[in-house]
Amino acid sequence: MTALLEVKNLQVSVAEREILHGLTLTVNAGEVHAIMGPNGSGKSTLSHVIAGKPGYEVTGGEILFKGEDLLAMAPDVRAAKGVFLAFQYPVEIPGVATMTFLRTALNAQRKARGEAEFSTPDFLKKVREVAGSLGIPQEMLRRGVNVGFSGGEKKRNEVLQMALFQPSLCILDEMDSGLDIDALRIAADGVNALRSPDRAMVVITHYQRLLDYIVPDVVHVMSKGKVVKSGGKELALELEATGYAQYEDKAA
Amino acid sequence: MNVAVAKTDRVEAADETPFALARSRLPGSGAVADLRREAYDAFQRIGLPHRRIEDWKYTDLRALMREVLPLAAAPDAEALARAAAALKLHAIDGVRRLVLVDGVLAPSLSEFGDLEPKLSLRSLRDILAGGDAALQKELFGLDSNNPMIALNSAMMTDGVVIAVADGAKLTQPLHVVHIASGGAPAAVFTRSMLKLGNDSSATLVESYIAGEGAAAYQVHDSLVIAIGDRARLDHVRLVEDGREAFNITSSAIDVGSHAHFNTFGMATGALVSRYQAVINVAGEHSRVETNGVNLLNGKQHADTTLVMNHDVPHCASREVFRAVVDDRGHSVFQGRINVRQPAQHTDAKMMTRALLLSDDAEADNKPELEIFADDVTCGHGATTGALDESLLFYLRARGLPEKDAQSLLIQAFVGEAIESIADDSLRDLAIGAAARWLEARA
Repeated sequence: MTALLEVKNLQVSVAEREILHGLTLTVNAGEVHAIMGPNGSGKSTLSHVIAGKPGYEVTGGEILFKGEDLLAMAPDVRAAKGVFLAFQYPVEIPGVATMTFLRTALNAQRKARGEAEFSTPDFLKKVREVAGSLGIPQEMLRRGVNVGFSGGEKKRNEVLQMALFQPSLCILDEMDSGLDIDALRIAADGVNALRSPDRAMVVITHYQRLLDYIVPDVVHVMSKGKVVKSGGKELALELEATGYAQYEDKAA
Repeated sequence: MNVAVAKTDRVEAADETPFALARSRLPGSGAVADLRREAYDAFQRIGLPHRRIEDWKYTDLRALMREVLPLAAAPDAEALARAAAALKLHAIDGVRRLVLVDGVLAPSLSEFGDLEPKLSLRSLRDILAGGDAALQKELFGLDSNNPMIALNSAMMTDGVVIAVADGAKLTQPLHVVHIASGGAPAAVFTRSMLKLGNDSSATLVESYIAGEGAAAYQVHDSLVIAIGDRARLDHVRLVEDGREAFNITSSAIDVGSHAHFNTFGMATGALVSRYQAVINVAGEHSRVETNGVNLLNGKQHADTTLVMNHDVPHCASREVFRAVVDDRGHSVFQGRINVRQPAQHTDAKMMTRALLLSDDAEADNKPELEIFADDVTCGHGATTGALDESLLFYLRARGLPEKDAQSLLIQAFVGEAIESIADDSLRDLAIGAAARWLEARA
């Protein structure tokens, strides 16, 4: 069986400085992987490169998504194929109503896949249903995308999109940053509801706390642009006790 | 012999000015003809304005337009048919349509019947051709120191003269549509007038469109508006002329007391357009909102030049202007606010923002504030920038192709100005014009 995501010996530079030094990672459908590591270890760079953010130069290695060369695809093509990045800092887009944005994005993805566009009543019904389960008030959907949203609301809006678009690979970049425990629980419940045998998740986090709510199958430790250790969920607890220092030495 | 030939040449040259050629076809005689002659002389003293005239620094008509084309022929049946076809694409429901084809009122395409009470509609041609000397004089009252106004005064052939009596609240917007039918390249010269009585209200929409095959034509238009005390006027103008056309429009607006004037203008069409408006806030406790959008690409050039005169106390004015410029497009916004000494407690603000989509795009903003009153709130701001890369990436990461992501952000950028249109269907009309520009771009 082809892995959902295969990152092979990936080398990435930003402004001529190498950030990822040959990173390898395999994620199968149905699995939840956590990537942990200290600040500056390259976790967010990895998520950006998978999503196709400009400004990163891939100098070596490859990324295969369902066996296809992901790096050759434009960001919107990746999205239509089922790659979803939940942003660490979702942007505010004044003047674009959240509802308009959701419908435009979903229909753009469906069109790219050769599927029929959602009719407006079906779409509204679906959005209301998912928004309700995430505790997102209807009023928020009429506002500009993320405009005037709290940190927790922005993250819930990311989970809302994930639920609507039904991607096969979800990458959650520091979803816990800036969230209090209650907000974290609501967002995590939303994510857990999306766990499924044909979907994989990569949860990038600095702290073990998030993994109490989204329990991973595999934990990877990243340091200085490489995966330095992989293990089961107990690895996260071990890290919480010992810290990252030992791995920083190992990578060096 | 040689001398005599040279003389003859000069006389012939003089006779071939657009004014001389058109004279026999211009309505009005006697005093009207004299006023035309004076206006043409005023135009000729300066000619087409050029960049060394401060007010025209960014819009050098001598370089861009080069010459004034001859007066367009009156539309024949074929021209009217082409105009009717163009009109179909831009028709809006629930309005009273008043159509000018190649500068001539076209009753067959217009709705002059079943007028609401207290509404009167006349053609400029009729007024200039016969009677009412006072009204004729008023129609020539625009500032002929501006050469393009002077040219328009000399050559104006037709237009709609609208009067709304005291207390009348028009329920149906008036939609004046200027159509270039697509005949031989020529110039049209029109002037319309709207007088709103005290305690009245109306909505005026103006569209400039082109028929199939219309190329390098010229529109020279002008508008005279008087808004009575406690009256309200909502005004929308959409320039969707052909991509080789010129549109030079001047307006003069007098606002009474406790009145409200909301105006929105958008240029998505024409190769070169200039809208120059002088707004006189002449009655106390009045409010004026002017909003504008330029959406330009290719070699399009659009200039909005506004003069806001605050002569009396306790009035407010707002100017919100957005420009989106791609390719080698050029957007110009010149906004002048004059606050005269008696105009205490004036609250006047102007904000312009430009979005440049290419390295060769240009946007010039020239705010000018001249304030002689000491107890006022006045301000202006201007920004210029590119599309935000982080927003573009967010939209693309959600599945929007590059052009679609840009379009969504451009719509949001101009949205603030378009939102100022109070009427839902007119707002949709403006959104539709913006969407057409964006589609043509993709």
